[in-house]
Amino acid sequence: MRDDGLTRRTGRLANRLTGKPAKNCLYTHEVSDTKHAEMMNYEPVIGLEVHVQLKTATKAFCGCANIFGSRENTHVCPVCLGLPGSLPVLNETALKSAVKVALALGCDVKHFTKFDRKNYYYPDLPKNFQISQYDMPFSENGKMDIRAQDGVKRIRVKRVHLEEDAGKLIHPESGTESLVDYNRAGTPLLEIVSEPDLHTPEEAYVYLTDLKLILQYLDVSDCDMEKGSLRCDANISLRPAGTSGLGVKAELKNMNSFRAVRQALEYEIKRQAAVLEEGGSVVQETRLWNEKKQLTLPMRSKEEAHDYRYFPEPDLPPFVISAEEIDTIKKELPEMPAQRRRRFMEAFGLCEKDASTVVASKSFADFFEACLELYGQPKKIVHWLIGPVSFQMNTRGQDMAELRLTPAALTELIDLVETGKISQLAGKDVLQEMLESGKSAGKIVVEENLAQVSDAGALLAVIQEVLAANKKSVDDYKAGKENALMFLVGQVMRLSRGKANPKTARELLVEKLRSL
Amino acid sequence: MSISRDDVTYIANLARLGLTEEEITHFQGQLEGILAYVDKLKEADVHDVEPMTHALDLKNVYRKDVPVPSLDPRSVLKMAPAVQDQFYKVPKVIE
Amino acid sequence: MKLHGLTAWELRLRFQDGSAAPADVLSDLKGRYQAVEEKVRAFARPPHFEEDVSGSSSGAGALQGIPAVIKDNICRQGDPTECCSRILKGFVAPYDATVVEKLKKSGALILGKTNMDEFAFGSSCETSCFYPTRNPWDLGRVPGGSSGGSCACVAADETIVALGSDTGGSIRQPASLCGVVGMKPTYGRVSRYGLVAFASSLDQIGPITKDVRDNALVLSVIAGHDGRDATSVDLPVPDYLKEMEKDLKGMRVAVPREYFVEGIDPEVREAVTQAKAKLGSLGVTFGEVSLPHTEYAVAVYYIVATAEASSNLARFDGVQYGLRVAAAPEDASALIGMYKQTRDKGFGAEAKRRLILGTYVLSSGYYDAYYLRASKVRRLIREDFDKVFKDFDLILTPTSPTPAFRLGEKTDNPLSMYLSDIYTISTNLAGVPAMSVPCGFSKAGLPIGMQIIGRPFGEADLYRLAFHYEQNTSWHKQKPKL
Repeated sequence: MRDDGLTRRTGRLANRLTGKPAKNCLYTHEVSDTKHAEMMNYEPVIGLEVHVQLKTATKAFCGCANIFGSRENTHVCPVCLGLPGSLPVLNETALKSAVKVALALGCDVKHFTKFDRKNYYYPDLPKNFQISQYDMPFSENGKMDIRAQDGVKRIRVKRVHLEEDAGKLIHPESGTESLVDYNRAGTPLLEIVSEPDLHTPEEAYVYLTDLKLILQYLDVSDCDMEKGSLRCDANISLRPAGTSGLGVKAELKNMNSFRAVRQALEYEIKRQAAVLEEGGSVVQETRLWNEKKQLTLPMRSKEEAHDYRYFPEPDLPPFVISAEEIDTIKKELPEMPAQRRRRFMEAFGLCEKDASTVVASKSFADFFEACLELYGQPKKIVHWLIGPVSFQMNTRGQDMAELRLTPAALTELIDLVETGKISQLAGKDVLQEMLESGKSAGKIVVEENLAQVSDAGALLAVIQEVLAANKKSVDDYKAGKENALMFLVGQVMRLSRGKANPKTARELLVEKLRSL
Repeated sequence: MSISRDDVTYIANLARLGLTEEEITHFQGQLEGILAYVDKLKEADVHDVEPMTHALDLKNVYRKDVPVPSLDPRSVLKMAPAVQDQFYKVPKVIE
Repeated sequence: MKLHGLTAWELRLRFQDGSAAPADVLSDLKGRYQAVEEKVRAFARPPHFEEDVSGSSSGAGALQGIPAVIKDNICRQGDPTECCSRILKGFVAPYDATVVEKLKKSGALILGKTNMDEFAFGSSCETSCFYPTRNPWDLGRVPGGSSGGSCACVAADETIVALGSDTGGSIRQPASLCGVVGMKPTYGRVSRYGLVAFASSLDQIGPITKDVRDNALVLSVIAGHDGRDATSVDLPVPDYLKEMEKDLKGMRVAVPREYFVEGIDPEVREAVTQAKAKLGSLGVTFGEVSLPHTEYAVAVYYIVATAEASSNLARFDGVQYGLRVAAAPEDASALIGMYKQTRDKGFGAEAKRRLILGTYVLSSGYYDAYYLRASKVRRLIREDFDKVFKDFDLILTPTSPTPAFRLGEKTDNPLSMYLSDIYTISTNLAGVPAMSVPCGFSKAGLPIGMQIIGRPFGEADLYRLAFHYEQNTSWHKQKPKL
């Protein structure tokens, strides 16, 4: 419970700063001038509840295809529609994927686990209960080390449990009805609950980013917030800085991107601080993030006391996960992003920034390693990936897969540049041409006649021409002006349309000038 | 065990049963009677007894992650009280 | 004798020697239906006698050409499956229950669905939303329930065999009251896929037949593992017909003293005592035992069964199928109002009573005192059986404390109705198999049944005792006068 004296004290402080009487109302942006004071007085306490759809071939408890984007109510059967008489049977792969995630998050995977029914009425819930896990989740006590602004922070993961997703509701703007599509109903869903160890919206953002990366590395989910395969709710309360109690929390829902989570938390910190500053008290409630208006609003429907009447799911016998099974799954776990980052730094001498950039996308890091198999110069590859390749991805708005670049094609290009066949400058144009035409670098170089000219015979003709056309520069050089040489090299490059090897051109020029 | 009208109303709401006042009175009395009867369970010594929630000691019953054909949605949608396209239609859900 | 009065086994022999064909049986049954159904009202809705029987006597299935009926809570594709409840009005199952698949595969001809207590909530068949079924032995009396329709149908020779479901005695109690043979197999022996769930951890489907041999025949068809029911057990199905013929020498049968105390009708006690003597003469040895937690069984049952039912029946809400009633003007939310009105109008009084009780025992603050405690006592009840089965092969008890009671006699007193299941519910809680076999008649001419309880998956032992008893008695051959 909050100390009353403290609330009054901070309340008076707020009144002095805003000059307004305390009021218990919806926060509006008027009080932004108190932000500094708020930030000094309160510490946000944030916990995140992340739901992740597992990308199994079939749903959690029936054989319907687990596919997104089909016509409504086409991937349905008696089980996922909850028709009378139907019974659930657990998808073995769903539990295995779930265990993978738990192990990757350092959770204790329980020897014994069971499913429970969570009973509540909602039209997207075909049976009006959800098969979930209550008092014996399959895993607990995990942790994630996130790279926050002020160094690595350990965020505890309270529990990870497996449940079934609900269907999808559509609320047409006009009309008095809602529409229900049960394609999603029964999709295996992981609930990953953090302890309230996050203290800034930025930390929450980093936690989500890192969590998503782990899930992508495990290849168990699409993690696409727009498609709803990853969803996040946040609990947030404020407490006076330097104290350890917990304030009254609000539950935030309806954030459709990590950015929205950060924005909603930022908004909510200001709102709650303003309420507290003005001597009011935060109401425990669920609030929805309104993306358009950039604010949180209380849910319109009157929330009922949650009395979910959990009890063990009688249709599903319990599950025993042996130590051997856990060991087997552990051994099958792919390398996690943090380990991979460390390895890239230690084995390939990448700096932390470069290693982080490469590792931040699994496909990017996989591509990097595939290139390494073909071409043993990690730094050169990273240079190309972070530079020209990323540039192409950004300008095209494509990811690595959509770029349709193969490791062999890229390393061929890098080799052409590194062996002096083409210049660095020409290389970037060749990459663009490769992505556009799908042709190999070697072919483009030949077709476009872009090969760097290092052959003295061929260059001499160009040099003769340049020397003849730039008498003044020749004279300047002879008079000791070194700058003139740079100009003449540039002229050779220009005349050769960039193909001249600048080093060879320079050597030949000096030789020629001396002999004049 | 005494059961109040409010208890019955609360439970009826959880069970989504729109009971009439008469029904509430009726069930209040009957529920009280049944609960008085089941109260005899308090006499049983359940110290150190594990709850039994399944009739069998089965464990680890799985299904392979292999798709099977779904239903033809028409076979179920034709029974629905209200549909629009292939959606089930319900009174508006307010969030 | 008309063909409709024969057993499946007898019909099989006639089909084999060509003295009768399935079409003849259907025709006889149709006549029988027209003659007696108005009095008995065993069916939930008119059956179809127009099954395609071409070639049905030549197939090799165990029930080739044998007419069967199923309880209205078992799904058959294309058939209404309404559990005799208004709330499921118009629900047509888009799939077959596993037992229906198996019946079809065995060559059985499914005539239709039988009447039952709404959602199997009852012991008298009076809570059906359609009409009560009557006991063929005395039309003023109940057939028992909830599988009263299936049992009355068999007793009245309106079918050859039937399937029912048993959550707390719903096959055995009406079988006893109607003078037929009813088996509740071990939990997990028969797939529940396609059985509309009442209490998932207690429900089992089982056969209701005119004699023991038919019962064993039907169980051997419907038993077995099913990948669609996670509580179905992957154990081989014994050859019951062969096993039951083994003699009774050395068989040890326990008689629990808790089953012969207050509340038992003297005629029932006498009939079971006589049966015991008969079995003794066939080589069975008896011993008195105690099942000390029996007194808690009804309380445990009404907590566990209603808790599960409150969740299982939550899906009947007017969204996908069945009845939908719009919100009333006083309802604040159109959606919640729709739920409440639909469920208020859709469920009968007994269903509401059980949904309220089940919701209550799971609700916040009461779970530990009721559901959790009941689940613990349930284990004690199971352990009682385990102990007895260390020394005995079977347990013999009455099936029901009384013969059939009058219609309306117990409808106003739910507890007295619940107590009519007092001998049958322990076995559902324990998951063990149990069957009811006719063992006599009251002076008023009402059938009395005895219950045989066995070890998990020991159905063959039950049949063995029942078969030899039946071979040496003639109760099963008596027919009601209709």
